[in-house]
Amino acid sequence: MTDTSNAHQLGFSRRSLLVMTASALPLAALPSFAQSDDNDIKQVKSSLFGDRKIQDGRVEVKLPPIAENGNSVALDISVDSPMTESDHVKQIVVLSPLNPEALVSRYTLTPANGKAAISARIRLAGSQTIEVIAEMSDGTLWRGKKPTLVTLAACVIG
Amino acid sequence: MIRLAACLLILLTSCSPTADVTLPDDAIATKDLQSGSAFLTEETRALQEDDFENPGLLWVERGADLFVDTSASSKSCADCHDEQLKGVAASYPQLDELSAELVNLEKRINLCRARHQDLPELTYESDDLLALTAYVANQSHGAPITVAVTEETRASYEAGEAYFYTPRGQFNLACNQCHNENWGKKLRGDTISQGHGNGFPAYRYEWQSFGSLHRRLHDCDTGVRAEPFTLGSQTYIDLEYYLAVRANGLPVESPAIRR
Amino acid sequence: MSTIRLSVPETAKKNEIIEIKAMIQHPMETGYRRGMRGEVIERDIITLFECRYDGEIFFEGEFHPGIAANPFLSFYLKATKTAELVFRWTDQTGQSWSETATLTVT
Repeated sequence: MTDTSNAHQLGFSRRSLLVMTASALPLAALPSFAQSDDNDIKQVKSSLFGDRKIQDGRVEVKLPPIAENGNSVALDISVDSPMTESDHVKQIVVLSPLNPEALVSRYTLTPANGKAAISARIRLAGSQTIEVIAEMSDGTLWRGKKPTLVTLAACVIG
Repeated sequence: MIRLAACLLILLTSCSPTADVTLPDDAIATKDLQSGSAFLTEETRALQEDDFENPGLLWVERGADLFVDTSASSKSCADCHDEQLKGVAASYPQLDELSAELVNLEKRINLCRARHQDLPELTYESDDLLALTAYVANQSHGAPITVAVTEETRASYEAGEAYFYTPRGQFNLACNQCHNENWGKKLRGDTISQGHGNGFPAYRYEWQSFGSLHRRLHDCDTGVRAEPFTLGSQTYIDLEYYLAVRANGLPVESPAIRR
Repeated sequence: MSTIRLSVPETAKKNEIIEIKAMIQHPMETGYRRGMRGEVIERDIITLFECRYDGEIFFEGEFHPGIAANPFLSFYLKATKTAELVFRWTDQTGQSWSETATLTVT
């Protein structure tokens, strides 16, 4: 984008391209859902799960590799569980390390679900790795993660 | 007799919509026409095609309810229009014969309300007008845009064309500089589209909601730091008309998903 | 008025696991955005989604500002009996919207 050497080839005048770049930058600092420096992911995790051990596995998280807009990104979660009375997923927690609020959403499941899989659409304040933690009926905690790249739009109005 | 001949001539020209229009040098060849959805990710295209998950369908569904609604008027839209609206949106904007004005779908809906239902105009960009427009547009989903230029509408076409080619705003950019000359190239994270309106009214991620083509045009004008026009203004209807003729042959995709 | 869309199969075999989809029109205004004059746009979000099967809640969602506008959810249900499904969304002020669907188990 800042490579002005081919500005003429692109058909824009060099000046208008520079003006566009210059004015696109401050706009980029004003996305509808700004990134936050003081994301509270640690607090949220400790208030929900204390210092209980979280193991990696059993949770599969799907996000598109590239999200063309952070305002709505498809998230699919599935947890490896038989979903019986004695062995099922009790809750699923979606966490973001970059959004102004780490806790994106929380789902309560029961054996009546039959299958521990959900889909939702979430907001992402920028490229990041989403963390999903599942709490099982036996009290164990399992985690899955997925990174995604959020691209920046050219013509953002505000 | 002369009048009859003139009518026949108009009918004939309507059959080959752009036959009497000289296309500019940088116009996109018909074989290269690509809808805005061609410049989206596979996931977004799939969402657009999903007959449940596409969020624009929330407005289509609301429009379907409003279409048969008789709570405010003795006549519902459906009392006059049944199956007949299939394919209709693909030929808009078009001339309203009674007023001899060029109208888009939104304006036609409001004219219908005034003339046949004794109902007040719906505000441009209101959820109800968007919903009704989306419902009617959706009746033409997949139909190729077929918008004719006639002697009566030629001035509007030319006004729209002039708008398209006039550099404006602090960036001093004209529509054609992005959408004719540089489509397919990158502008930051975006791929520049050909600037067609065939997906509108559409759900845009940036709006996090559903909106009209005029709202999109308003955003383009704001994007180049130009003074935007009022939604529903004749200036934007003329531009919408020019864009429709320019997109002749592309399928109606409303409710589309756009960035 | 908030439009609601539901996708629930009309019939299912006993013990079949069916997918349910639900979507509601809502801005899910985060409270982090500013308007044209720099004023903060106040938060306006749905905070709770509940789904009942024959009167009993079997799935719940707790929404925060990180949930996209016009919230969409899909989840599963093990079809055990012919019964009504009730979907309810409640916003931060307690206002709620609901819709029902009947599932016939054969």
